[in-house]
Amino acid sequence: MNSRGQAAACPLIVYGNRIGTLMEYFLELFFGGLTRGSIYALIALGYTMVYGIIELINFAHGEIYMIGAFTGLIVAGVLGALGFPGFAILVLAVIVAVIYSAAYGFTIEKIAYKPLRGAPRLSPLISAIGMSIFLQNYVMLAQTSDFLPFPSLIPEFKIPGLTGIITSSEVVIVAVTVVVCVALTLFIKYGKLGKAMRATAQNRKMAQLVGISVNTVISATFVIGSSLAAVGGVLIASHIGQINYYIGFIAGIKAFTAAVLGGIGSIPGAMLGALILGLTEAFATGYVSSDYEDVFAFALLVLILIFRPAGIMGKQPTQKV
Amino acid sequence: MSKMLELKNIDTYYGNIQALYNVSLHINHGEIITLIGGNGAGKSTTLMTICGVLSPRNGSVVYEELDITGMKAEKVVSRGICQVPEGRLIFPELSISENLDMGAFLRKDKDGIKHDRNYAYELFPILYERRKQMGGNLSGGEQQMLAIARALMARPRLLLLDEPSMGLAPLIVKQIFEIITKINKESGTTIFLVEQNANLALKIGHRGYVMENGKIVMTDTCDTLLANEDVKRAYLGL
Repeated sequence: MNSRGQAAACPLIVYGNRIGTLMEYFLELFFGGLTRGSIYALIALGYTMVYGIIELINFAHGEIYMIGAFTGLIVAGVLGALGFPGFAILVLAVIVAVIYSAAYGFTIEKIAYKPLRGAPRLSPLISAIGMSIFLQNYVMLAQTSDFLPFPSLIPEFKIPGLTGIITSSEVVIVAVTVVVCVALTLFIKYGKLGKAMRATAQNRKMAQLVGISVNTVISATFVIGSSLAAVGGVLIASHIGQINYYIGFIAGIKAFTAAVLGGIGSIPGAMLGALILGLTEAFATGYVSSDYEDVFAFALLVLILIFRPAGIMGKQPTQKV
Repeated sequence: MSKMLELKNIDTYYGNIQALYNVSLHINHGEIITLIGGNGAGKSTTLMTICGVLSPRNGSVVYEELDITGMKAEKVVSRGICQVPEGRLIFPELSISENLDMGAFLRKDKDGIKHDRNYAYELFPILYERRKQMGGNLSGGEQQMLAIARALMARPRLLLLDEPSMGLAPLIVKQIFEIITKINKESGTTIFLVEQNANLALKIGHRGYVMENGKIVMTDTCDTLLANEDVKRAYLGL
């Protein structure tokens, strides 16, 4: 009786290799979910922006993320050998990965999608799947099929009051994502190119007629989406500590799910969808079982799509009268 | 009067389907030219060919003594040809003021843009009242006003209007046609007006062309066309 009362007042549970209160456990799961959601968001934005402009699901986008992570690994290896400090390596790795992935995104659009612009919608979709398989195998052959260790580039620092609950790399990932999302939102809202992107997404023909170069806008969309994925690739690789040629597939599918959940084509939708998906997965893993992580993620997707077929923030199709 | 735009023997295709057959016409500086014809006659195709959205298979488009055949749409706009397309094509999720910004997309002169925006709001006070609303929330007539205002933001020398009267109440149509005449008189903008409402179009135009099945079948001054028996029967319902 007495011991039960104590347990209710101050429930201590064992998780991982530590003991803490339920609240601490909840917070740890919450921050883990935020981190996951952040990475999903960085990738999902690329899916949703490309879909918004050319109504194509760019299945090669996950591979862009993977290439970003590999570029980061190579840069980190070289700079590490040259004795650069950790933080400088992180910044340079992200910058080089962004440039590299952006170049890949730009080129993929020119090679695999642009020639098919007038074709039936299935053709570029198949082309995208082909590009995805090609890039996976290209990286596998050029690098290796084994998991490679990725150095921890994010410096360790203490977060007052939350030690052991949230790691410094989680803080950095979430902070970077928030900054990127705010910057992107402002750019789309007020930037000249951002406005041109919205206009092109809403009516491509009219965009041409006011003098917007549609090709430039499409290229810019791929470059921006790929850059965001590269940022995510380097950060998460450093957080998890290993990469291989296949990481883009799973991350890509999850991020795509997040984009659909939020309403594909909608930028705030992708951010929200990613956050919801990340948190759901984290709590499902923590409170139920890690075996059910994907079950919960996709059950949530099904549930939301039943009630809002176009996603949470997607445009619900309206009847034209 | 000197020639501003000339189409010489244009054939335009959609895939393998020919839409324009040997179309030739010209527009002089400062004129209002009307092009009338039924559904599917090729009127919109003619405009899209001028604008560079479609490229003709044969023939040439000459603008200000420069061959612009096959030039990209954004380059054509930068040379001062601007279109108000059929169906208005407002950007539904941009605000009215953003829609106007898009019209001035290629311009860099901030003061000029500001001036033209004020001019557009003067022409259409309702747009100023609703400047923060989304384009998609406007009524048909307001959308048509916005479409014209947006085109004016590019400071065009040649304004192409595709069926500005479509689906609008007669009172609004009258208002819009008055403004078209005003734009032509006040800023000397040359106007190429494509219309199914032949009666109205021929009344404000200087010269007119009649199009049937992708061919120009008749051309004359608007007054003569209005009096022509064939035109009366086919397009004026008299």
